[in-house]
Amino acid sequence: MANIQMYLKQTITYQLFLMFLSHVKEFFETFGNIAYQLIQVLKYLFTFQINFRQVIEQASRFAVDSLPITLSIVSMTAIILAMQVAPEMVKQGGKDYIGLLIALTMVREVGVIMSGFAIISMIGSSQASELATMRVTDQIDAMKVLRVSPFKYLFLPRVLAGAIMMPFVVIISSAFGIIAGGLTSMAAAKDVTWLCYVMSVWQGLYIRDINIMLLKSACFGGCISLISSSCGYDAKGGAKGVGLATTKAVVWSFVAIVIIDGIFAAAFYF
Amino acid sequence: MSINVENLTKEFDGKKVLDNISFKVDQGEILSIVGFSGSGKSTVLKILCGLLNADSGKINIDEGDVAMVFQYSALFDSLNVFDNISFALQERKEFKHLYTKSQLKELVAKSLNTVGLPGIEDKFPHELSGGMQKRVSLARAIITKPKYILYDEPTAGLDPIASTVIEDYILRLRDETKATSIVVTHQMSTIKRCSDKLIMLYGGHIVFRGTPDDLLRQDNPYTKQFVSATIEGPMKIAASDF
Repeated sequence: MANIQMYLKQTITYQLFLMFLSHVKEFFETFGNIAYQLIQVLKYLFTFQINFRQVIEQASRFAVDSLPITLSIVSMTAIILAMQVAPEMVKQGGKDYIGLLIALTMVREVGVIMSGFAIISMIGSSQASELATMRVTDQIDAMKVLRVSPFKYLFLPRVLAGAIMMPFVVIISSAFGIIAGGLTSMAAAKDVTWLCYVMSVWQGLYIRDINIMLLKSACFGGCISLISSSCGYDAKGGAKGVGLATTKAVVWSFVAIVIIDGIFAAAFYF
Repeated sequence: MSINVENLTKEFDGKKVLDNISFKVDQGEILSIVGFSGSGKSTVLKILCGLLNADSGKINIDEGDVAMVFQYSALFDSLNVFDNISFALQERKEFKHLYTKSQLKELVAKSLNTVGLPGIEDKFPHELSGGMQKRVSLARAIITKPKYILYDEPTAGLDPIASTVIEDYILRLRDETKATSIVVTHQMSTIKRCSDKLIMLYGGHIVFRGTPDDLLRQDNPYTKQFVSATIEGPMKIAASDF
């Protein structure tokens, strides 16, 4: 019996099963930690214990650092979209709908999700590695010994900064995307004029779409900051731990914003 | 203002790091905790300052701030020396509106003077040497006028002269603040100069308690091995413990 047990423990299936179990355990641990930290953040938010100096500092980092890359990615996506769509639509007689298509794509989906991806790689990874470094160099422990809550000093300002600044970043990058899409459409297809493009944009864009975009981007911003801070805060070990925490923050943030995006699509457009 | 620890037990992954240890430190005393790496010395400090919870046991600490000086200083590297030292005063509710900016500056300057580093308020931690970082860390620890100061290997990684300077400050702070202190260390010079009494940990137990003189005099096999720094003796150190 003991021999059979030993043999089973050496099989690849058993090892894979153990690996699967450890991943499941890690998933629930991470999820639980994020939920607990969200509760702590909300506790400090609703008792109005906000460090405004930190919020402003984090907000300026969030917006200023991420804007160039966000603008580039969203504009490039709009340009690529316009290059592929504009000539086809003119051929099919839909030149009056090019602006509508690009604007709706930007406002409802591409502007927000692409900005989200850019911000995760730019800001989320930086927040995760910063907190992970603080964790492995005992700075977070030092903060606790000084009786200052890391949730109040580190988490809340980052989450607030994300939720406040992300809508600004998204609205600017989406506007740039729509303009870039228009210019590209004019270059890619004959008969498309600026006036025709702008009229088409206004034709299909409603305030509701913009409101949903702003709400969704605020959720994305807060969520990216919360997950990144959480993964950094729970880092273990040395340099390797910092790297793992950063990777985990990026992966979890990507998955989270796609899920939130799906929830918004189902709630408002389904 | 004493620290009284009774039957403290702590396990990590099924391994007992502390097994029913008890000790008492009276007001103004300095207790050194010595032992090889992995013997649970830092765990005792982390439990005392609330960073870890004990599995069982009782800790009696009277009201008052507990400050800790970390092994590698743990200064906030995004803040300058002024903000590092005044961090608790700027962020904690009970201190926040107590001091004006100029009073804070005065307090920080006084604290820096105490550790012999006047005028470095605008420097960042990466611009300071290891010894200076340790002293800034001391200044940060004492600014809230703590009743208890815990030192986690305060002289680790420092040259002998810098170590002596830190040891002098530990004694001076004790005399000036009358704080009750616990020093975790392996350094014989720190043990001899700074301790009023000491305990040695091994395998989760206290294997020796006494004064620094007892450590050198007594015929205890554990202290003999520790003082002579030999591999042969009752304390077996696994390679994984280093």
